[in-house]
Amino acid sequence: MSAPASQPLDPMIPRQFRIEEAFAEVGSGEVYSWRLSPLDGEPLRFAPGQFNMLYQFGIGEVPISISGDAEAAGLVHTLRAVGGVTKAMQKLEAGEVIGVRGPFGTAWPVAEAEGQDLVLVAGGIGLAPLRPAVYCALRHRDRFNRVFLLYGTRQPEDILFREELEHWRAQLDLDVYVTVDRGGPGWHGNVGVVTKLIARGGFDPANTVAMACGPEVMMRFAVMALQKHGVAAERIYVSMERNMKCAIGYCGHCQYGPHFICKDGPVFRFDTLQPIFDVREL
Amino acid sequence: MDMLAAIKAEPFFEGIPEKELALLADCGEAGTFPTGAWLLRQHAPAKHFYLLTGGLVELKAFVPQRGVVTLETLGVHEPLGWSWLVPPYQWHYDARTLEPTTALVFDAVRLRHEMEADHEFGFQLQRRVIDIMAQRLQAIRMQSLDVYGLPGGAFL
Amino acid sequence: MSTPAILDRKDFDSLLGALRDRGHEVIGPRVRDGAIVYDTVDTAADLPEGWTDEHEGGHYRLKPRTDKALFGYVVGPTSWKKFLFPPQQTVFRATRVDGQLRFEPGVVDDHPRAFLGVRSCELHALAIQDKVFMAGPYADTTYQQRRESVFIIAVNCVEAGATCFCVSMDTGPAVGAGHDLALTEVINAREHYFLVEAGSNRGAELLAAVPHRGATEQEINAARGGVAQAAESMGRKLETEDIRALLLGNLDHPHWDEVADRCLSCANCTLVCPTCFCSSVEDSTSLDGGEAEHTRHWDSCFNQDFSYIAGGSVRASTASRYRQWLTHKLATWYDQFDSSGCVGCGSCITWCPVGIDITAEVAAIRASDQRRGDR
Repeated sequence: MSAPASQPLDPMIPRQFRIEEAFAEVGSGEVYSWRLSPLDGEPLRFAPGQFNMLYQFGIGEVPISISGDAEAAGLVHTLRAVGGVTKAMQKLEAGEVIGVRGPFGTAWPVAEAEGQDLVLVAGGIGLAPLRPAVYCALRHRDRFNRVFLLYGTRQPEDILFREELEHWRAQLDLDVYVTVDRGGPGWHGNVGVVTKLIARGGFDPANTVAMACGPEVMMRFAVMALQKHGVAAERIYVSMERNMKCAIGYCGHCQYGPHFICKDGPVFRFDTLQPIFDVREL
Repeated sequence: MDMLAAIKAEPFFEGIPEKELALLADCGEAGTFPTGAWLLRQHAPAKHFYLLTGGLVELKAFVPQRGVVTLETLGVHEPLGWSWLVPPYQWHYDARTLEPTTALVFDAVRLRHEMEADHEFGFQLQRRVIDIMAQRLQAIRMQSLDVYGLPGGAFL
Repeated sequence: MSTPAILDRKDFDSLLGALRDRGHEVIGPRVRDGAIVYDTVDTAADLPEGWTDEHEGGHYRLKPRTDKALFGYVVGPTSWKKFLFPPQQTVFRATRVDGQLRFEPGVVDDHPRAFLGVRSCELHALAIQDKVFMAGPYADTTYQQRRESVFIIAVNCVEAGATCFCVSMDTGPAVGAGHDLALTEVINAREHYFLVEAGSNRGAELLAAVPHRGATEQEINAARGGVAQAAESMGRKLETEDIRALLLGNLDHPHWDEVADRCLSCANCTLVCPTCFCSSVEDSTSLDGGEAEHTRHWDSCFNQDFSYIAGGSVRASTASRYRQWLTHKLATWYDQFDSSGCVGCGSCITWCPVGIDITAEVAAIRASDQRRGDR
């Protein structure tokens, strides 16, 4: 490797990262992950829940949550090929270099659940931004009481990180419950919405910190179920999504009421969003 | 097993007065079912009301050309079906255990009789079933939105 | 504030000369394409002498004045923001070299500029954009570089336009702070002079370099009287009492749909607004694919793409986009930047092709406040 190019300190200028490994997570790669390493050798330190702006040469930039372990070497991102940039990125192979700006945004306050139950509620691809919180809880497992991962997705084929989920459930002290909207032959697990897993309980609502990530509709129902079960709004965190261009608070795109998702979020304590959460087209 | 204590431990019955709880205890018994047991069969008379206390049960429908489709799975604290409370008191779907399952099993014929005889008791039970029906309807609506089929979720 | 001085009209060119001597490109008002716009000014002859501007909702016309005032207009369609926050700029250029990417930041045109003829509302707008671009956890270094070298000669308003409401927003018409020099133009049958007040050491130094004399009390009063008269003749009024709670409490008000029936979603209001700061980015490559450019350009919350996330736009309806603009400007701006985002310049009213009037829309919501219980 040639000497790394020195990188400007300007937060609008990306750093170079090499794709060390690119692999399909779901199907033929509609959802895929990258393991990245910095060309300049300086690791990118982040907190669970934060995101980076990923840049593909000449194509553009997209905000993508970090899906890897904050306390392990390497940077892992999980992407869904759904827009122009993420579809182009799907074609990139190991060895290619992309630009990375970040990390940006607020983090899952995992430490807040120390001495209490931790309930992680994920919907669909929303498991990816929550995975760093899972890693964090598992690394410091003795600091928490029960730890739940409640995960709902569309169908068995779409289950993200399937082997890892099985490993967590079988080997580690993590209550993993997975449910799908549509079962199928060979599926012997739960069928139904993720909110039902919340209703089944097993955690102490007054001493629980909950974190939800997924489509906005799913989070709305998840929060309602958590509240119905007795978890206060001040103990629930959600991760929001809006269009984003600069990630540092001045392009204006990610506004959500008074908030800038890029710097005030993406992780918000639910009570701070409650007044606007149900306002349409905000 | 103390049936009254088991009933009191279920959130479903929370708030029901002591006298009615005793009546419920008198109408029910604890049941244990191995994996693969059929709890409900389509069109069979709905003679029992199952409240699950552990395990997992799948509610299944047979669809011509598609075979057996799992509509929903039910687990701890969840009632299995409401056809025992709605004429013609026949199960609409099949239900089979996916794992060893435990339940409180009530005599539905007797419950219906007691509910008719004592409307206060009937109201207490019926409003809990309505709550469950509302939750299931909400869940089905949420599923019909197919939220994971649309792009969504944080940044992806 | 220093002792007021008098600069005679005949000496005005020496002021421009002194600015140029200090290395500043002087940018001021000029008549072009039937409007008064801000551009490079070489001599006083370039200024819109004898012109005024007529404003109304969806209406702007230049009219000759009966006198030869240099600053006898209100505000034009271009605000100063285009010099500090250019409509288009290169964020970086990327090149592919040996399997790696080289990122080269865009060149920032930060040569010293002097803004001549900045109104009080515009000064407040500059202060607001300073906060947006420089006070957050990350500063926009390109804005900062340009901003730091700007010399500001403000001009007090002695006439108000029909769409002006700076008095309501507490942003004028008298110049308060943020300027190096403030001028007040006094013109009558006998005389034509400028009352000059320095707002900074740089300003005082510049004043010292041009012919001037001390102002008499009578001259000071004449200038102050003009400003007071402008304050008395505001064309519009916006009731700001409790405005944040009023608007955020009425997000479901039917009036948003009513405005949407008229709004063309054309984004004119955001382009002429001196505080609107939204931008987007675009990527392109050279024909041989060897070089890519990442450019940033003005964007508007009225564009449907503005809120696009995979699957669709969050704000698909015009009503939601108008609501976003207005509630941001007048309500959530307080949460974000501790001030209103509106300076009462009236440009959005004048340049709206269908004459949508921010003051009237707020009044309509206030007249049928739908908050429950708390009113």
